[in-house]
Amino acid sequence: MNRSVKKTKTDTLFAILSRFYVLFFALLCFLPFLLVISGSITKESSIVHDGFRLIPKEVSFAAYRLAFELPTTTLKAYGISFLITAIGTAASLFLLSMTAYVLQRKDFKLRNVFAFYFYFTTVFGAGLVPWYILIVKYLHLKDNLLVLILPGLFNVIYMIIIRSFMNSIPYSLTESAKIDGAGDFRIYAQLILPLSKPALASMGLFVSLNYWNDFLNALLFIENKNYYPLQFYLYNLLRKQQVLQEMAGMSTAAIQTHVTDMPNDSLKMAMAIVTVIPVLLVYPFVQKYFVKGVMIGAVKG
Amino acid sequence: MFSMTRNRNRKKINMTLWLMILPGVVYFFLFSYLPMSGIVLAFKNYSYSKGIFGSPWVGFDNFKFFFLGGKGIHVLLNTIGYNFAFLVFNTVLQVGMAIFLSVIVSKWFVRVTQTMLFFPFFLSWVIVGAFMLNIFNFEHGVLNTALQALHMDPIDIYSKIHAWKYIIVSIQVWKWLGYGTVIYLAAVMSIEKEMYEASEIDGANKFQEIFYLTIPSLVPYIITLTLVNIGNIFKGDFNMFYQITGNNPILYPSTDVIDTFVVRSLLQLNDFGMTTAAGFMQSVFSLVVLLLANSAAKRLSKDSALF
Repeated sequence: MNRSVKKTKTDTLFAILSRFYVLFFALLCFLPFLLVISGSITKESSIVHDGFRLIPKEVSFAAYRLAFELPTTTLKAYGISFLITAIGTAASLFLLSMTAYVLQRKDFKLRNVFAFYFYFTTVFGAGLVPWYILIVKYLHLKDNLLVLILPGLFNVIYMIIIRSFMNSIPYSLTESAKIDGAGDFRIYAQLILPLSKPALASMGLFVSLNYWNDFLNALLFIENKNYYPLQFYLYNLLRKQQVLQEMAGMSTAAIQTHVTDMPNDSLKMAMAIVTVIPVLLVYPFVQKYFVKGVMIGAVKG
Repeated sequence: MFSMTRNRNRKKINMTLWLMILPGVVYFFLFSYLPMSGIVLAFKNYSYSKGIFGSPWVGFDNFKFFFLGGKGIHVLLNTIGYNFAFLVFNTVLQVGMAIFLSVIVSKWFVRVTQTMLFFPFFLSWVIVGAFMLNIFNFEHGVLNTALQALHMDPIDIYSKIHAWKYIIVSIQVWKWLGYGTVIYLAAVMSIEKEMYEASEIDGANKFQEIFYLTIPSLVPYIITLTLVNIGNIFKGDFNMFYQITGNNPILYPSTDVIDTFVVRSLLQLNDFGMTTAAGFMQSVFSLVVLLLANSAAKRLSKDSALF
């Protein structure tokens, strides 16, 4: 009796401890984001005076008003990012699933040879520089939007995950479709592809997140300001002394006649939030697909 | 007759499959295998006008320059050191998080906190750069605002080089905590309920259950994930290091890793030979370490090996 009372006591202690641990880190994961939101709605003069805080001293939405009043450059960057994410994800899923399909066909004799051909690129590569020279000097893709799409097109790990998912589809389906006279491409497009939707949804979200968040390819290959994707555009704004000048292409004096309390640091924060909004909007709905994706990946890996 | 049509059929089938795999094969030939011939640059003094194959040979000069220039050893050690710290802290905190999450009964609490924990994974490193600006900016960052509220002197964190080691490790752990927890949580959940029931009948308390039941059954997962990470011990996440430090030159001594060094030397110095040498070495070291780790795992237990 005595012993079981002691046991429930330690168990209660453990329950409290675990809630505390989880809650502490969960809040920590969200805190920087709240700080940036707070910074974006703080009056510029208050930032200069009191600094960034968790709860703003003087609230002002001037930064957001400005972010949407001077939309041309921001919208352009938004458009580029949407474009490369949409085209890139669609093309990538097509390529990944088609390759995965061939590699899981048991009657394709060389499937293991090709599987190794793809897998080897993940364990050994020439490094950044020869690849860079290939793209710039031989393919002449500098300042070409294709350079933002091509590098993320084919992730071998994602392909392997899709293949293992397709492996779980009974092979007899393929065989009966063949007896009915369907060609291989039709079997892939009309039979296997619809059945692979769960894997494609997960991997598609990973691919699109990678495209949306990509920064390095723009840093390496894009110099033309008209082609800046959103992340690269934001990166440049964050490092500027005077953000407005950069966004509006006006002199500081000209802007000052428009706006009395000229947002600068608050505008940087507002722009960061504007960049996150699409991710934030879809996040609650897609999180479960990511969790699934991580798990299939872990089982495989 | 029958066998002939069958044969023809099979040939036709193969043709379509070949066409379907062709784009992927071409893609990797172009972007992975063709650049491998560019590795010769590591042994050449590259000049843009002469191209890769016209440039003169220089033997191992590029490697010598990478190491004797004083940078090589330094960025190599930084890369390994950071990855080792990431590995240790990530594993401990993620396993801990999975265990704690698994004992919480309230579904609602678990769902909300897990959503919050997973959130940093979705943010780009550029956004993390905005966080850094918000927190560590000297004039009006949150850190100094807080210090002033406590009547303490503001800190110029960008002059405290060594503080950045802790900042970078913390942020890396912060970003991957939710993501890594998913895997371990699934592993914890897959432990059979009967095992816990049996241990409860034997009078074990929660702490004893964790140490004698949960953690031992997580060991195979920890080994496998550690292996994956050891294979990457020579690779630095360029985006992370670049955005957290804002590519600040003052911080290079404690924050420069192979990948940031390579990109910088490429874009700013245009030193193609030395950067190729650095990248090539990184690839070779990675491959060797991966193979060693894998064979070690095979000796430990067959299931933990990667291939």
